[in-house]
Amino acid sequence: MKKVLLLILVLTLAMSTLLVGCGADKETADGQGAKIGMVTDVGGINDNSFNQSAWEGLQRLEKDLGDKVNIDNAESTKATDYIPNLNQFISANWDLTWGIGFLMGEDVKKVADQNPDAKLAIIDSFVDAPNVASVTFKEHEGSFLVGVVAGLMTKSNKIGFVGGMDIPVIKRFEAGFKAGVKAVKPDAEIAINYTGAFDKSDLGKAAASTMYDQGVDIIFHASGSTGDGVFNEASDRKSAGNNVWVIGVDKDQAIIFGDEITLTSMMKRVDEAIYQVSKDLVEGNFKAGLVELGLKENGVGLPENNPNIPADVLKKVEEYKEKIVSGEIEVPAE
Amino acid sequence: MMNDINYVVEMRNITKRFPGIIANDHISFKVRKGEIHALLGENGAGKSTLMNVLFGLYQPEEGQILINEKEVKITDPNVANDLGIGMVHQHFMLVENFTVTENIILGSEPKKGLKINYQEARKTVTALSEKYGLKVNPDAKIEDISVGMQQRVEILKTLYRGADILIFDEPTAVLTPQEILELADIMNNLVNEEKSIILITHKLKEIMEIANSVTIIRRGRVIDSLLVQDTNPDELASKMVGREVTFGVEKKEASPGNNILEVANIFVKDYRGVQLLNGISLEVKEGEILGIAGVDGNGQSELIDVITGLRNADGGKVLLKGNDITNHTPRYITEAGVSHIPEDRHKRGLILDFTVGENMVMETYFYPDYQTNHLLDYQKINQHAEKLIEEFDVRTPSVNTLARALSGGNQQKAIIAREVDKDPDLLIAAQPTRGLDVGAIEFIHRRLVEQRDKGKAVLLISLEVDEILSLSDRIAVIYEGQIVGIVNPKETTEQELGLMMAGAAKQEGAIHHE
Amino acid sequence: MNKLVKLFTKESSLIPLMAILLGLLFGALVMIMGGYNPIIAYASLFKKVFGDLYNFGETIRQITPLIFTGLSVAFAFRTGLFNIGAEGQFVMGSLGAVIIGTQLSLPWYIHAPLAILVGALFGGIWGGIAGYLKAKRGVHEVITTIMLNWISLYFSNYIIANYLREPGQQHSEMIKPTASISLLNWLSEAFGYNARLHWGTIIALIAAFIFFIILWKTKQGYELRAVGFNPHASEYAGMNVNRNIINAMFIGGVFAGLGGAVEILGVFNYQTIAAGFPGYGFDGIAVALIGANTPVGVILASILFGSLTYGAPGMKFGAGVPIEVIRVVIASVIFFVAASGIVTYILSLFKRKKKEVL
Repeated sequence: MKKVLLLILVLTLAMSTLLVGCGADKETADGQGAKIGMVTDVGGINDNSFNQSAWEGLQRLEKDLGDKVNIDNAESTKATDYIPNLNQFISANWDLTWGIGFLMGEDVKKVADQNPDAKLAIIDSFVDAPNVASVTFKEHEGSFLVGVVAGLMTKSNKIGFVGGMDIPVIKRFEAGFKAGVKAVKPDAEIAINYTGAFDKSDLGKAAASTMYDQGVDIIFHASGSTGDGVFNEASDRKSAGNNVWVIGVDKDQAIIFGDEITLTSMMKRVDEAIYQVSKDLVEGNFKAGLVELGLKENGVGLPENNPNIPADVLKKVEEYKEKIVSGEIEVPAE
Repeated sequence: MMNDINYVVEMRNITKRFPGIIANDHISFKVRKGEIHALLGENGAGKSTLMNVLFGLYQPEEGQILINEKEVKITDPNVANDLGIGMVHQHFMLVENFTVTENIILGSEPKKGLKINYQEARKTVTALSEKYGLKVNPDAKIEDISVGMQQRVEILKTLYRGADILIFDEPTAVLTPQEILELADIMNNLVNEEKSIILITHKLKEIMEIANSVTIIRRGRVIDSLLVQDTNPDELASKMVGREVTFGVEKKEASPGNNILEVANIFVKDYRGVQLLNGISLEVKEGEILGIAGVDGNGQSELIDVITGLRNADGGKVLLKGNDITNHTPRYITEAGVSHIPEDRHKRGLILDFTVGENMVMETYFYPDYQTNHLLDYQKINQHAEKLIEEFDVRTPSVNTLARALSGGNQQKAIIAREVDKDPDLLIAAQPTRGLDVGAIEFIHRRLVEQRDKGKAVLLISLEVDEILSLSDRIAVIYEGQIVGIVNPKETTEQELGLMMAGAAKQEGAIHHE
Repeated sequence: MNKLVKLFTKESSLIPLMAILLGLLFGALVMIMGGYNPIIAYASLFKKVFGDLYNFGETIRQITPLIFTGLSVAFAFRTGLFNIGAEGQFVMGSLGAVIIGTQLSLPWYIHAPLAILVGALFGGIWGGIAGYLKAKRGVHEVITTIMLNWISLYFSNYIIANYLREPGQQHSEMIKPTASISLLNWLSEAFGYNARLHWGTIIALIAAFIFFIILWKTKQGYELRAVGFNPHASEYAGMNVNRNIINAMFIGGVFAGLGGAVEILGVFNYQTIAAGFPGYGFDGIAVALIGANTPVGVILASILFGSLTYGAPGMKFGAGVPIEVIRVVIASVIFFVAASGIVTYILSLFKRKKKEVL
């Protein structure tokens, strides 16, 4: 027995020395190129939503710039993880550290104040510090457009909105969406449900189920991976023969959940924002301060392909978009 | 029979060691065909180890086993079964909500295709039951039948599997006197049908009445092997214990004084509304031992629970020295001067995972004597425990040993030490010697009499009629939650008591005895 | 020195050490199979935990709440109760502390202690409810504590969202500086040291000591342990079994509540409207089991548990091991520690071998 154990030990050690070449020690491996890290919120990197979208932006940057950039991410499982995760990159002298999401605002501020030489950036929240770039979106503008789609396409005249947490960002989704629906269908009923979580798909499914039972036929969700449950419920209803739809959020969710149930998506180009800000950094153009991305900047909007939306509806959407960009319509943010 | 040298079991020079002790030290042991052979010894003498070797549960380090004069290796109980050896355990291994038949066939069911052939099984069981006079209802559920009947089911189980050699492990420990007599008949029926029986026991009386031969084991060695007709209880006892043992308790005439305990018209119902105590009344005076005789389950436990506050009475009164203690808390009652040796020492009497020292202050840990600065002072607690251990001869490596590690006799001694030391006015002793060997029984009996002689009131509850008869100054017979008669032990017989315990009132109007 | 060697070769300390080693070894095998270098990974883990003062401080911060919830679960275990409710008691402790911390204005020497006390009381009452239901109504504490966990989560979310909320935020207002027990500002100003250390760690160690005193040195503790081992005998000996069940759950709740309070007063300074549990209560169950329900054991198990969870991202950052593999590694360490039977068996094989050789 002792010999067997000893053998395992020796083999383990031997194999690990062989493998040293494979698994690279990133902290010391390649010194050249800008190093950009990102810290997810508790949703994790595979949330099918903005954490994932953010990471995809960085991955695209790495693909485009090759050796000139190194990227990595740290996933948070508890709220207490945010600060150590941010500090992990900063203490290793990474060039830029992203905090993804509104929930990280206070912690990014703390870390930025403690490390005035480090550069940080945050999505969805404005952090007032000389070394932090903040990116927020005019979600209400994009939401207005999907509201127009929903208003024109509803058959039951009942529309639903499922929100994650009751926070300003999500409130902007709700406000824009409601305004969009009312612009084309003033008499439509809109059911609102905040599940209180971005990572509880069971809650999303329950909320969707309640709405569809009430006769809602289109639900717009802005709830991270809680929305997976909304899609799941819609898929169940669709196979039972009910004509229900979901409007996705953040990314083109038809790619994940299919065209059968995804009417369209309110794209929030987190990936684009991260790509741009990070690219600016690599090129030496990093600027602290607030950037707001709306329809005009292509930061929000509908996907390119919308096979489920008839041409006349798309035309209407296009008209409204122009009015918003030109300032003719001011979309309420709350 | 003397000439019959046909041995069904022969164990030669069996040696079995456990860490620190030799449980069986070159034991040789022979059983003739068709006899009841008793295996006698104190607790821990090595009887059970030897039988577990025979039944294949232990493997001996040395020695041979011959069954029907052929050498065998019994590697596990299945081999033992195949050789025709069956064991009736002390603790029954029955499924409570299965029927008798289902329990008996469990593990060797007769098959009809893929299904169990119940008809066939039921027929076999009924036939066996009739053949040996077991009178078991094959369709009754285990949970509905008496302990005695359950034991018969265990016997049937071994017979059903074709056993010719039956090992009975302390079979009478759980039985009433009547049931013991019936068991003796069953055993006789079995040997008449060419079965052989090994009877593990430490009760001399049973050996004298039932067995043909007896082998005595002490500390892992065979002391002697005798024919029962050639010996007597005194000889057996001294061979078992290794010294002269006095039977019967020597005691002076009692000189009872005032009433210490008065129980008046107590009623207790269980949660289903069944009357467990049905207006029971009795009193215990200072300087006397009142014995309560009765078949198990006639309200003895409930009576003690009511007196000690572990259970509330639905009606009636309990007075201690004239003060009402009815339905007070156990703490109030112990503090008022009642000590209680509980019937189940593992359930109530001890906290097995506490040290001996901690157990010795179970009811008194909160006394200022054991505190320093409001914290428990283990030095004081252990000093107290050491004093008791010495005084009551509790054999334990130290006061810091867990109570679990002590033998049954020493556990009981520890409880008695604790209860007697509280210097109570009333000492309740419930089955104080259950499962103990002769030496420990003798010790405990002396202590109880000693308390009586000091002027304490002693209430003794026992299922052993012998114990009641030899210790009590008065005997109250309990039946279905009532006292059906009070008798003087000098003027009664075991037979008379037995009848009263079975519900027949004493002929000459004993109820008016008081 | 000899004593020290003896201490570590004693079976009681040898087993957990062996278990950790076996767990790491198994984890290494998993990493090799996945094509990652376990040596770099473990070095990164070690470096993340002990490598610099900042991370070391943060590890201590991570360990602290585990000590509290571990003690909470262990205390109930000692009385024969399974407290799955440390999670809810932790949340209630946070709520109590945040109410006092935000709503009152008091001098610091009253404010912080009062906030801690109220947090402890909230946790205690929350545990006590489960104890009361068990004692008086016979409802099993596992059921009630699970339910109470959810109630506490939504109850505290409701209170914060409606009465304590910082406008536009997903959390309560900041507690007043007088209620803070954080060492951060002071350390940061004096040494430029930024780890979120707080007085709660000291309170945790004191709590472990009190745990010991209550259980082994007081009348109450004697009763609690007696009831835990054998309620029938305790009843016979005149103890009030039901009252002891309530007391045990109350005291257990106090420990968890303290944990919740110091986490708010020392780390966050606000309480979030949480979508889910912080998870310390459930980790506390593992900590109590690994620590064999003794105060020293709980502290050691918290150190193990806290270091592993805090160091895990280091393995990803340093050696590129994916988070899923890291979870397997951590789980296998904990598995081997918890399943000490396996280790005892392996140790016995060693011993037998030794005997045969001799």
